[in-house]
Amino acid sequence: MFTFLVKRLFQALIVMFVISLVAFAIQDNLGDPLREMVGQSVSEEERQVLRDELGLNDPYLTKYTRFITNAVQGDLGDSYFFKRPAAEVILDKLQATLELVFGAAIIIVVVSIPLGVYSAIHPKNILTKVIMAFSSIGISVPVFLTAIILMYIFSIELGWLPSYGRGETVNILGWHSGFFTKDGLLHLVLPCVSLASIMLPLFIRLVRSEMLEALSSEYVKFATAKGLAMNKVYYQHALKNTMLPLLTVGGVQIGTMVAYTILTETVFQWPGTGFLFLEAINRVDTPLITAYVIFVGLIFVVTNTIVDLLYGVINPTVNITGKGA
Amino acid sequence: MSLLEVKNLRIEYPSRFGTHTAVKNLSFNINRGEIVGVVGESGAGKSTVGNAIIDLLSPPGIIAGGDVFLDGDLISGKNIDQMRQIRGNKIGFIFQDPMTSLNPLFTVEQQLLETIHANLKMSNSEAVARAISLMEQVGIPEPELRIKQYPHQFSGGMRQRVVIAIALSGEPDLIIADEPTTALDVSIQDQILTLIRNLCIEKQVGCMLVTHDMGVVSNVTDRVAVMYRGDLVEFGETAQVLGEPAHEYTRSLISAVPRSDRKLGRFPLVSYIEEAHELEKLDIKTHWLGQSEDQREYTGPLLNVENVSLRFTTKDSFFESKREYVQANKNISFSINEGETFGLVGESGSGKSTVARVIAGLYPPNEGKITFEGIDLTALKSEKQRRPIRRQMQMVFQNPYTSMNPRMKIYDIIAEPIRFHKLAASEQQIQQIVFDLLDHVGLGKMAGVKYPHEFSGGQRQRISIARALATRPRLLICDEPTSALDVSVQAQILNLLKDLQDELNLTMLFISHDLPVIRQVCDRIGVMRQGELLEVSESEKLFTNPQHEYSQHLISLMPEFKGLRTAI
Repeated sequence: MFTFLVKRLFQALIVMFVISLVAFAIQDNLGDPLREMVGQSVSEEERQVLRDELGLNDPYLTKYTRFITNAVQGDLGDSYFFKRPAAEVILDKLQATLELVFGAAIIIVVVSIPLGVYSAIHPKNILTKVIMAFSSIGISVPVFLTAIILMYIFSIELGWLPSYGRGETVNILGWHSGFFTKDGLLHLVLPCVSLASIMLPLFIRLVRSEMLEALSSEYVKFATAKGLAMNKVYYQHALKNTMLPLLTVGGVQIGTMVAYTILTETVFQWPGTGFLFLEAINRVDTPLITAYVIFVGLIFVVTNTIVDLLYGVINPTVNITGKGA
Repeated sequence: MSLLEVKNLRIEYPSRFGTHTAVKNLSFNINRGEIVGVVGESGAGKSTVGNAIIDLLSPPGIIAGGDVFLDGDLISGKNIDQMRQIRGNKIGFIFQDPMTSLNPLFTVEQQLLETIHANLKMSNSEAVARAISLMEQVGIPEPELRIKQYPHQFSGGMRQRVVIAIALSGEPDLIIADEPTTALDVSIQDQILTLIRNLCIEKQVGCMLVTHDMGVVSNVTDRVAVMYRGDLVEFGETAQVLGEPAHEYTRSLISAVPRSDRKLGRFPLVSYIEEAHELEKLDIKTHWLGQSEDQREYTGPLLNVENVSLRFTTKDSFFESKREYVQANKNISFSINEGETFGLVGESGSGKSTVARVIAGLYPPNEGKITFEGIDLTALKSEKQRRPIRRQMQMVFQNPYTSMNPRMKIYDIIAEPIRFHKLAASEQQIQQIVFDLLDHVGLGKMAGVKYPHEFSGGQRQRISIARALATRPRLLICDEPTSALDVSVQAQILNLLKDLQDELNLTMLFISHDLPVIRQVCDRIGVMRQGELLEVSESEKLFTNPQHEYSQHLISLMPEFKGLRTAI
């Protein structure tokens, strides 16, 4: 277990190093920080002096070393627009994004597993055909269209749900959550559903195909021949084996969903990191862009490591303890 | 009254191309305390019968007619819930492959307990006690400890014992065992069969033993049913059916079984089963196949293996002292003369396939020396230097279903090595060679335009042999070439290999776990266990007078086929 963790930590460091190189390259080449800091009246000579003072004319390696030294200490530079440390700005907004992703993930799990399992157990049923048709359509509709349609139906025509913002939040140990107020929950519904709609068809199909494979396996046949009730065969023997590939794919997709929030948050004016990132690009707020890239990379690395650990816990044939063969 | 009575059973697989009848009007019965063997080749419908009895036919299969009675009670046509009462409780099922019939994510205890709870009314502590006593009964040491483990922590033989323990846990009256020992080594096969045999006698349980192994049938069954393409061709006392077979198919099947008691020149009478063309005889003296430019002045043994050792790393570590290895080959030494067939025999994991791979240059040995015609192969540095040796050594692999690229036509599969080694002057010549090879292995020219999936296992193995011959090799390494095949097809392939060897003066390294096959094919035999070569001896001498203790043990366990005194 310890060896595994050390190994994974080492791999994570390499990944983060590569991400930092990319992020720094963006920061170093995107726009001119001086233009953001000083006004029109400063002459070119004065600008050169300032550049030297700020170390902008230093060799690339020196600049990168400075950047990485600060970054390791949690200092990713100050946002030009907010005039606050970029990491702090992102952490503030990250709560909203994580709640959005969390809500979407719950919807995906709660909907895709029953539907996928049902369509695998009853492959010829009419409902299965409806599910499969829906998932085909779902895959091909872009998220902003889904979002706008949902908004039109439920906010504008029916007026049941709010169409933008987070609504009322509760402060729990510094975390502003929308999950504990009625208003916050209502605000979560539409963004979460639209975000989930991207991955949902994929997951239904994944659950179905993995379940079909498990159902055709010898151990399922043997479990049936042992005289077990069919429910036990389906929901214990087959389903547990279906979960393994689901976990692997799901872990990667959580990271992707964080990235997809850019679209969803923009449509719903959701005050999260995706929306922030888009604004940062418009304002050429390079420290913020860099910080965002690093944060998303970090989320990917962390979720993947957790998934690998969980995989080892569920699947006894995977040896993460490092003992024996 | 019989325990199981099957009357006029008919099983159909409807499809949009018409209905395939897998089993036609089958009738047989099984009594308590009796083992009834069901034999036949793949596709004969023998497994289908077992599955149909407990209503586990894979879709779209259906029971189209006939009745199945268990203790006088009609069980065919019952609904799912009624059938569930019978499964496990009345009929226990043992599947072929213990590697796949246990769920990898549950402990053995969980899988045993759920079966006990599903079939018997008892408290959890009683169930645990029963599970442990079942593990003991099937001969698993330290049951209290091992019951907590997962299937992957058990060896193949132990897993099959777990499967048997599970099958027995509901106290069934009838056991259906579908090829229960096919995936196992001969010594484990013996233990498992003895176990089943004893259970039948002690508990007065009936057993339907589905198998293709005539040795197993002759050793453990009381009565035997012979199936051929969905028909029951013969049913009767085992000694009667095997000793004086009435049907031509039974006779053909029995004659294809490699005899363990004496060596025959060729297998007779194997044409009944698979359509085999007469081999096209070629004039080897003038044909391309016989005109190898390899020098033949060398007089010593063609292949010499000296003190070869190979280890695989099982646990890697930065520190050398912490690394763990498994010794796949320990100090192996033997030599093969030109034109000779050398056999390597041993159980799975004994390292016999590894020896073949080391010789073929697929694994570099850690120590030792391999010389081919006096050339030290271990000293060859680059792939380029090795290439002429690779051409002279070819391999035929065990599994004809996976050793060919499914996206390539047969013509290209066989032509590829000729093109790669630039053995032919023109594309016309290549075409001529490929067609001749296809004729020569009995497939015909037309086979060239087809893809591998259009052929049966036996035909594919012929293609593998043709492919191996395409480089005009001098040493043919056959790694279990027939273990995936039916006996009749096996007989054809072995005949083919023998003919080719006579014609082309091929040298062969023949690897098998099947002692009778080895006896029929090889001139000299090496016996391997746990990476060590224990004994090398003349083929006949090994079977009549084995020297090493382990060889004696192996040969004593060989299921002896006491059949067909009259036919040969």
